[in-house]
Amino acid sequence: MPDLLPILVAALVAGTPLVYAALGELVAERAGVINLGVEGMMVVGAVVGFAAMMGGAGWPAAALAAAAAGAALALPFAALAVSLGANQIAAGLALTIFGTSLGSYIGKPYVGMALAPAPSALQQAAGQIPGLGVVLGQLHPLVWLSWAVFGGVWWFLYRARAGLVLRAVGESPASAWAIGHPVGRIRYAAVLFGGAMAGLAGAFVSVVYTALWTEGLIAGRGWIAVALVVFATWRPGRCFAGAYLFGGATIAQLFGQTALAAVPSELMSALPYLATVVVLVVISRDEARLRLHVPASLGKPFSA
Amino acid sequence: MPLRIERRPRPSRAMSWASPLIAAALTAAVAMILFALDGREPVSTLWIFLTTPLADLYGFGELLLKAAPLILIGVGLAIGFRAGVWNIGAEGQLVLGVIFGGWLALEFGGAGPWVMPAMLLAGGIGGALWAAVPALLRTRFNASEILTSLMLNYCAQLWLAYLVFGPWRDPAGFNFPQSAPLHPDALLPIVIENTRANIEIVIAVAAALVAWIFIERTHLGFQLRVTGAAPGAARYAGFPVRRAVWIGMLTGGFAAGVAGVGEIAGPLGQIFPTASAGYGYAAIIVAFLGRLHPAGIVPAGLLLALLAIAGDYAQMMLGMPSSIGGLFQGTLLFFLLAADVLTTWRIRRVEDAPLPATEAA
Repeated sequence: MPDLLPILVAALVAGTPLVYAALGELVAERAGVINLGVEGMMVVGAVVGFAAMMGGAGWPAAALAAAAAGAALALPFAALAVSLGANQIAAGLALTIFGTSLGSYIGKPYVGMALAPAPSALQQAAGQIPGLGVVLGQLHPLVWLSWAVFGGVWWFLYRARAGLVLRAVGESPASAWAIGHPVGRIRYAAVLFGGAMAGLAGAFVSVVYTALWTEGLIAGRGWIAVALVVFATWRPGRCFAGAYLFGGATIAQLFGQTALAAVPSELMSALPYLATVVVLVVISRDEARLRLHVPASLGKPFSA
Repeated sequence: MPLRIERRPRPSRAMSWASPLIAAALTAAVAMILFALDGREPVSTLWIFLTTPLADLYGFGELLLKAAPLILIGVGLAIGFRAGVWNIGAEGQLVLGVIFGGWLALEFGGAGPWVMPAMLLAGGIGGALWAAVPALLRTRFNASEILTSLMLNYCAQLWLAYLVFGPWRDPAGFNFPQSAPLHPDALLPIVIENTRANIEIVIAVAAALVAWIFIERTHLGFQLRVTGAAPGAARYAGFPVRRAVWIGMLTGGFAAGVAGVGEIAGPLGQIFPTASAGYGYAAIIVAFLGRLHPAGIVPAGLLLALLAIAGDYAQMMLGMPSSIGGLFQGTLLFFLLAADVLTTWRIRRVEDAPLPATEAA
């Protein structure tokens, strides 16, 4: 089945930004903080990563810079939502509005520029591996890194003591505080991790996926990531699978445009957003099950 | 004398109105830092940034032109926010207003003076229908209206793009993605001579008055406020929570739809794929800055309109990207939320009192 390979690769690449962004948001939400600023942090991450590449940095440095930018942007949100106990929905919206504008402000000189495709040495080496090399050789190392992040998040949440504490903070901050855990600091860390992952996700889009910068590049991927966390009922495994499901839907749309010429391309482009709505409805209609999985303190400020 | 932060016995009303002013002052400070980093003289640049747009009557008209949709949508959204309904989809609801009103204008353009009011109504209905989707999904299937209303923004945008790139494209428009110019019957009348300020600002202020009476003086408005402030109490009192969701979503959608018609029947005069200048998102800031109260939303809308116009001028006069306006809008909301903390908390100096006997022992 040689024809399936490019589709598989394309779906994996399209799903990767969602893997990063959704896993980051998942960790923040498991600590009890809902951050609707993912879209804004992704936009800034995309610009910073792209600017770093244009400035001659390699992809690891660009990815690192984007992650740092995402985390830096998450900091004022954390100050509002965690330290000051502000409304998290409003604070997250502020972050998205701010980040989107900041992205266009910084990105102004780069509009319309594109990066020359250059497969990394690592990627070429992986291509030599017998069997798996056919797939691995076509995937950017940042795709592999996203798998490591998934493994790390899963291990952290379910196997590490610190992850247990983080989940406890999300379920019952008062109890966690009473037995001596620094609720505020843990929430800060979770939100900053979410910001770093969103920044990385943005950089993946601008540096690897499209290899160009234009306004509106992120196009709601950050919001889809937030929806994915609900879809995954706050579990990393489902989040990971869901990201590729959406990646696949995006690709199906591209292939569909050639196969179904009669269908307007705009309708095909709307598919990921419509799919998000449908998926949210399917998951949310079972209110009892949703309430079973949602972190009990999600969105509620805590002050000792 | 150490300082102590303590919860106020009840939220301070004075602080709630002072906090937008604090936020505006802090935003101005950030703006000056940004100008200084850009190698400009901060104070005079800020002065130019804020006053140039208002230098003449035409500039004042532009301010009213931009403020009208912000006030209109802000008032509509505030009713929802007061009821605890997070409608983030005003941008898409505005686009539906463009589609519904635009269809009427293209179809019945020169049919008579009834076209323009009918467009406003059709636009409002379009926006309300688009808002009805998240309302239905929330009340029937428990789906978060934040995410569904936001996803529909992208869908509405794509729908409009399809129409303007396809069936609505002007055959005489040199293949540009734009509709034919709307018939003069379909355009909103100008209210101030020699400016572009049209009747929408009057509609917006009237809407603010009606919303004020509705939310503060009617029983239904009271039910909505209680539902937003204390859902448990509302349920206990037998106030229908679902109805609050519906009213909150539909008023926001209707207002946004009318504002959408205001764009094509006002400054644009024809239909473009980018008919909205981000009013749906900026109106969220307007609603919060105006304390979710119609009396506050009118000045808040004027301020945000000033920032938006100043951003455009900054591009023309100072050579800075116009996104700087949006940057300040986001900063303003950040500072507002931070300053709002002072409505429920206060900082007090604690006198050095002698230690209580129990601790001394």
